[in-house]
Amino acid sequence: MDISLQNIEYRYQADTPFERLALSDVSLDIPSGSYIAIIGHTGSGKSTVLQHLNALLKPTKGTVLIGSREIRAGRKEKNLKAVREKVGIVFQFPEHQLFEETVEKDICFGPMNFGVSETEAKRRASVAIEQVGLTKDILEKSPFDLSGGQMRRVAIAGVLAMEPQVIVLDEPTAGLDPRGRKEIMDLFYQLHQDKNLSTVLVTHSMEDAAAYADEIIIMHQGSVFEKGTPSEIFSAPQALIDMGLDVPEVVRFQLKLEQAFGRKMGKVCLTAEELTDVVASFLKGGNPS
Amino acid sequence: MMEKVLFGRYVPADSLLHRMDPRSKLIIIFLYVCIVFLANNPWTYLILAAYTILMAGLSKIAPRFLIAGLKPVLWLVLFTLLLHLFFTKGGEPVVQLGSFAIYEEGIRQGIFISLRFLLLIVVTSLLTLTTTPIEITDGLESLLGPLKKVNFPVHELALMMSISLRFIPTLMQETDKIMKAQMARGVEYTSGPIKDRLKAIVPLLIPLFISSFKRAEELAIAMEARGYRGGVGRTKYRQLNWTFADTGMILLLAAVTLLLIVFRG
Ligand SMILES: Nc1ncnc2c1ncn2[C@@H]1O[C@H](COP(=O)(O)OP(=O)(O)O)[C@@H](O)[C@H]1O
Ligand SMILES: [Mg+2]
Repeated sequence: MDISLQNIEYRYQADTPFERLALSDVSLDIPSGSYIAIIGHTGSGKSTVLQHLNALLKPTKGTVLIGSREIRAGRKEKNLKAVREKVGIVFQFPEHQLFEETVEKDICFGPMNFGVSETEAKRRASVAIEQVGLTKDILEKSPFDLSGGQMRRVAIAGVLAMEPQVIVLDEPTAGLDPRGRKEIMDLFYQLHQDKNLSTVLVTHSMEDAAAYADEIIIMHQGSVFEKGTPSEIFSAPQALIDMGLDVPEVVRFQLKLEQAFGRKMGKVCLTAEELTDVVASFLKGGNPS
Repeated sequence: MMEKVLFGRYVPADSLLHRMDPRSKLIIIFLYVCIVFLANNPWTYLILAAYTILMAGLSKIAPRFLIAGLKPVLWLVLFTLLLHLFFTKGGEPVVQLGSFAIYEEGIRQGIFISLRFLLLIVVTSLLTLTTTPIEITDGLESLLGPLKKVNFPVHELALMMSISLRFIPTLMQETDKIMKAQMARGVEYTSGPIKDRLKAIVPLLIPLFISSFKRAEELAIAMEARGYRGGVGRTKYRQLNWTFADTGMILLLAAVTLLLIVFRG
């Protein structure tokens, strides 16, 4: 299922003294099966963009296409549930949404709202709990007896159990330890690969964006500042650094090296392995491949 | 969803009402709530409405915002109106449908009471729109100061109030956030059968309670860590300052009160 935002504008609290322009003229495409990373400073409008992807917010100008469904500014929309079933969102700190007595009930909550039978929901819950790296015995526990990291995983399982076609992640690893972070990121990448699940990831980590995404979108003050493949984006790392954004360590290292030697290596490397080869041939005096 | 609610929020601006001492504003509100009940005929309601509109004008808050802010309570006002239309008897019946009738007195009372309601809401919103929660609390604490002599916990009350007011916007944000998270999981808050919508409150309230308790605990720890141990001997950073304008505004209200007494039937 493709999603496309066309010249979106969004104002929070329109027509009040607190009106705030959060997005202006944002256009972007999320083709079926792609993995897209959205990066930008706090307040640049990333979360606002995400909420348009399953019609939690309706643009104040412009059009959103979600599959065959068109959501247009100023028009009343009905039956948005059908859209939300296909696009699952893992909000920032999703553990705040847990409320049921047991983990299993909480995971089943989403699927059952969308009309899945109880037995099927339970089956999905037992699959999802293992997907997020927890064991089945947790299903019977109260979600409030778990650790913060476990709660996060349960909340993610609750979204996975909806079996969406597109999954949208708002800083899913914020506040986790490095190992938990890597596990969660790997889990989503695995799902993306195995099920061809379209994935939209909002992150502060350029490393993650470079490692997983097909396309990176950089947001700045409510607009799309730049978009392209990771190697396109990082081919001009200085612009990003000037904007106060991070670049992957590998890219930063290469930049420093180029500055120290006073000449370019020709190609931008995104992984340590790639960089090793390029640096080796560079140091041997040969031209970079 | 929750963002259209204007009641209880502060809008910064530079107006007479913003600059007034919170104590005089509180006194005015208190008196206003009393004198609203003096009005009992069209003239007196007109005087009250004129005074209220003058106040709204002095606040420099755009009328359309005030009106938008009234929308959420409009249902309550409408309900009051209907209640009186249908159940207050007296005077001539205006509409007669079998055994059911709407009386003159019902229309009169309905209009007056809902107008009274609206005026009260406008004036109290003006207080919160032009006064920061901290100012309101400082004002209250200072006005209630004498009660400390009889061991009334004035400071504690003021503190409780300022904390509650401070967290209203936070709670609204949180409500909005959790509502959206549950909507993404298939809950419908704005459409569907009433029974389902009522059930949908549970997944909203439980997370809200939990985060509120957590926040309260964190706040208590943070306050203790910074050496808070009650109001005794505590000095004030913000000083209240009563000016000529404050006295003037109170005199104006006194004049309105006088007019109301003269014109009431
Ligand atoms: N509920 C809201 N009400 C008013 N303004 C908001 C709200 N949510 C976000 N904003 C504002 O919209 C802008 C974009 O916010 P957001 O999309 O949350 O940014 P990001 O996720 O990139 O940090 C910010 O300036 C923020 O202050
Ligand atoms: Mg955000």
